[in-house]
Amino acid sequence: MYSFDPTDEQKLIVQTARDFAAKHLRPLAHESDEESKLPGGFLAASWELGLATGAIPEAFGGVGMARSAVTGALVIEELAFGDLPLAMAMLVPALVAYPLVDHGSDLQKEKILPAFTAATFPRWTAAMVEPTMSYDPADLATKATLIGGAYVIRGRKCFVPLGTDAETFLVYAAEGGPGLDHVQAFVVPRGTPGLTVSAREKNMGIRAVDTVEIDLEDVRLPLDARLGEKKGIDFARVMSYSRVAIAAMGVGLARGAFDYARDYARERKAFGEPIASRQAIAFMLAEMAVEIDAARLLVWEAAWQLDKGNAATKETYLARMYADAMALKVADNAVQVLGGHGYIRDNPVEAWLRHARGLPTFDGMATA
Amino acid sequence: MIDFEHVPAVAQLASMMRAMATHQMRPIAREMDENEHADPTGYFDFIWQSTKSFARAGSRSPGAAQPGSASEPAIGQVRQCVIIEQMSWGDAGIYLSTPNPGLGGAAVSAVATPEQRERFLKRFGEGKPKWGAMAITEPGCGSDSAAITTTAVLDGDSWVINGSKIFVTGGKRAVADSEGFVVVWATVDRSAGRAGIKSFVVEHHTPGMTVLKVEKKHGIRCSDTAAIVFENCRIPKDNLLGSAEVVERGEGFKGVMATFDATRPAVAASAIGIGRAALEYVQERFEAAGMSPRYGISPQKLTARERDLMMMEANLKASWLLTLRACWMGDQKLPNNLEASMCKAKAGLAVTHVTQKAVEMMGPEGYSRKLLLEKWMRDAKINDIFEGTQQINMLIIARRILGYTKDQLK
Repeated sequence: MYSFDPTDEQKLIVQTARDFAAKHLRPLAHESDEESKLPGGFLAASWELGLATGAIPEAFGGVGMARSAVTGALVIEELAFGDLPLAMAMLVPALVAYPLVDHGSDLQKEKILPAFTAATFPRWTAAMVEPTMSYDPADLATKATLIGGAYVIRGRKCFVPLGTDAETFLVYAAEGGPGLDHVQAFVVPRGTPGLTVSAREKNMGIRAVDTVEIDLEDVRLPLDARLGEKKGIDFARVMSYSRVAIAAMGVGLARGAFDYARDYARERKAFGEPIASRQAIAFMLAEMAVEIDAARLLVWEAAWQLDKGNAATKETYLARMYADAMALKVADNAVQVLGGHGYIRDNPVEAWLRHARGLPTFDGMATA
Repeated sequence: MIDFEHVPAVAQLASMMRAMATHQMRPIAREMDENEHADPTGYFDFIWQSTKSFARAGSRSPGAAQPGSASEPAIGQVRQCVIIEQMSWGDAGIYLSTPNPGLGGAAVSAVATPEQRERFLKRFGEGKPKWGAMAITEPGCGSDSAAITTTAVLDGDSWVINGSKIFVTGGKRAVADSEGFVVVWATVDRSAGRAGIKSFVVEHHTPGMTVLKVEKKHGIRCSDTAAIVFENCRIPKDNLLGSAEVVERGEGFKGVMATFDATRPAVAASAIGIGRAALEYVQERFEAAGMSPRYGISPQKLTARERDLMMMEANLKASWLLTLRACWMGDQKLPNNLEASMCKAKAGLAVTHVTQKAVEMMGPEGYSRKLLLEKWMRDAKINDIFEGTQQINMLIIARRILGYTKDQLK
């Protein structure tokens, strides 16, 4: 039956995420962006909260929350409302833990999952995006080839979040292709011959999170490095979860930008009246409000499809496409509402515009 | 729990309405567009016979947007909108011509006494097809309904109404072609502004009421849009809906305005039905030509056509979800004034663009009257205008999100 009301449990989790975002994300957003550095102790504090990987089953030492893309979307929106880069950073463990829970072999789960239920932030990350204009998750340039009882990986990845300190990389590579069903994921420990980790990338936004490029030059891996081993992974599903998460981030970011612009427009006076009392500004704000809700509902519906067990390729794709464009437009409007002040880095809206522009590029950098 | 699944009864209703739309509406859609003021009598009789029982049972008949009231079992706004969306997929002009209490009935339901409800609404469960209509707009005022100049003066046991009304949907069928009625907004005290505005039921064929003309329109041509003149039109005293007292923020005006919270999602649903008809048609044609959109590939690799189709689909779906949210809130008795305006503003604009794009994408075929696409584009546009233009709804949204009054944001 149609309902737009989250469960009581979801409301509780959302409140937790909202409180954490208000205390640990929003106040640290500006400085971490300016310094291109995560705040000291941030990852540890977020890890203690346990939101990133709450759905690891109890059998593997997890909290055993129900695995739900809807819950994930609700939480991610709140965190991204606080700050998108910090939200991305604290959710990096999920990039490995959830594909592992969903697609890993029993042996792999036993071996790897303990790192994700331990007391310290796991030094794992995932590598999906490739540094080329023609990047396409359904047609990756990074290839995995089975040669003489070993997988040989060749290719380049970029935007690998928290890559500087990562000890292990989950690398997505195509075995033939094109097509989503040809993509598999491989566990590549740092120090594996042929793997080179670049210096930190310099990007337009999400500066607080270090991202790196990795170069895989005929990296040889044992057969059990392939996630799911013989069975492999359902990459289409991995991508669907990723699209929902990134779309939810867009909704959270946009809500932050809208709130800020609305409050500013009520305060700022021109010609003796708040600028919000002019339709030119008021209608921009109204459009922002409508579009944020529109995108959020598309995200919820797509996530709900995933929770029902459907592939949801179309739904998640449309939700992401819509939310990416919406977030950019809303962030841009927010800068516009603030006028010259919006362009100055003392106000957060210009940073939100820089972050929002990254959303269409962030494949595989978040998961629900 | 967040859930996007209809209960089986609603899903069944949707497929029933789809079948009805396919067999009773689509086949005559073009004919009813080309013969602007003709009556689809076969459809009238069919829909009247099949929905009369709803009305007799005291519930709402399909296609009539009316808010529920405690004394009446309501079919609910979600169901209402599911029905309207399907009917408008069939044909929006014919849907709007459906014999039912219409907006006039909505106003009666919102503020009438039980006696009035019986007197005015019982007729929709018996006899021949009938229509209810609502007359608000005047030649000199549209969205600014507080500027109404039509007057009602109490004279003994009668109200005497004088003034001109335009854009009365179903007006001719309500008062000249059937034993229906029109609800007329008129002021009892011009100096009181908004507080002086009351609504009155004027019965069919009342002396002093003349249907001056039926408008020729861009689209929804099957639907009659009447201009009605009232010259010393005398109606019984108890045809006033609500209280006669002139009070600032009186219940009467508020009650009638509240009907918009139910009718705006209904307009959004109608818009979406038209948009879906156009999108489905274009999708099917491209699919038949081996050009289905490739969901899941890099957005960089999409063709312009794929991107257009996908954005049309996403916009329609977003509009529909916003509409269902407003309806669901209405059904939950939650205040939904903001959400009702949001879905109306979004759907009206989205469907205007979707149908225009659909015509464009089919090239010369799209512009030809051989297909229904150009008609759907014309039909769609009204949804961006009536029941509050897009701009009026944006104004309502803006006031809500800013917490501003009418004076703070004009």
